[in-house]
Amino acid sequence: MIDRLAASLNFHQQALGLRQERQKVLASNIANADTPGYKARDMDFAGELQKAVKQGSSDGGLALSRSSARHIEGQGVPGASHELLYRVPDQPSLDGNTVDMDRERTQFADNSVRYQAALTILNSRIQGLKKAMQPE
Amino acid sequence: MSMFSIFAISGSAMSAQSQRMNVTASNLANADSVSGPDGEAYRAKQVMFETRAQSREGVGGVGGVGVREVVEDPSPMRMAYRPEHPLADEEGYVTMPNVDPVGEMVNMISASRSYQANVEVMNTNKQLMLKTLTLGEG
Repeated sequence: MIDRLAASLNFHQQALGLRQERQKVLASNIANADTPGYKARDMDFAGELQKAVKQGSSDGGLALSRSSARHIEGQGVPGASHELLYRVPDQPSLDGNTVDMDRERTQFADNSVRYQAALTILNSRIQGLKKAMQPE
Repeated sequence: MSMFSIFAISGSAMSAQSQRMNVTASNLANADSVSGPDGEAYRAKQVMFETRAQSREGVGGVGGVGVREVVEDPSPMRMAYRPEHPLADEEGYVTMPNVDPVGEMVNMISASRSYQANVEVMNTNKQLMLKTLTLGEG
């Protein structure tokens, strides 16, 4: 029963986590708007979300398989599996920086609104589940 | 917890931009300083930014900003013809700083705009975090 509850929230939880990850990437782009040689990054949100939902239902962390007891065990970094892409610049500057401030600001605003939307949906879902658990 | 790293990223950018503003202020203030502690005329300074990865999460080149070093402007010094000046050479020229006031003003405006953008990022992030904290309530 409890795992059903968790599964019903899984999609929105993954979406929220990814939105937050993207927020970080965009914040880094804005922070590095004047750094020579910095290349603006972003992610393919829909593709990453599909991947995360598929992975998140099993929630298995990456672990190094060992064929001998003397091998050093390793643990993959969770959450670092997002594939970051490079933005195609319209007009790159001479110092190699490809941050377009207008575009980054737009994407940042867009992302934060979508984050709030995901939050609202998750909230109403929790409210619905809570209501269903009430005796009356 | 990684939401806090946005604060670290924007915070590092804010301190880097304010350091840039500091250097600009020093350049503008010393635009006419013909002699410094070493007896030489003031040389304009510029900051060099570099990306700083946030702990181990900063793998794909994502991270904050830091000032790598403050370099001196290598452009030639301005020579002013002032034979009455005590520091004039035998031909009557005084070595003046190589500060470009127009360039420094542009630098200052650019730094302040970048600073504002980062403040906005921080504010938005703070609101989102506060909203996330009330998830499931009410």
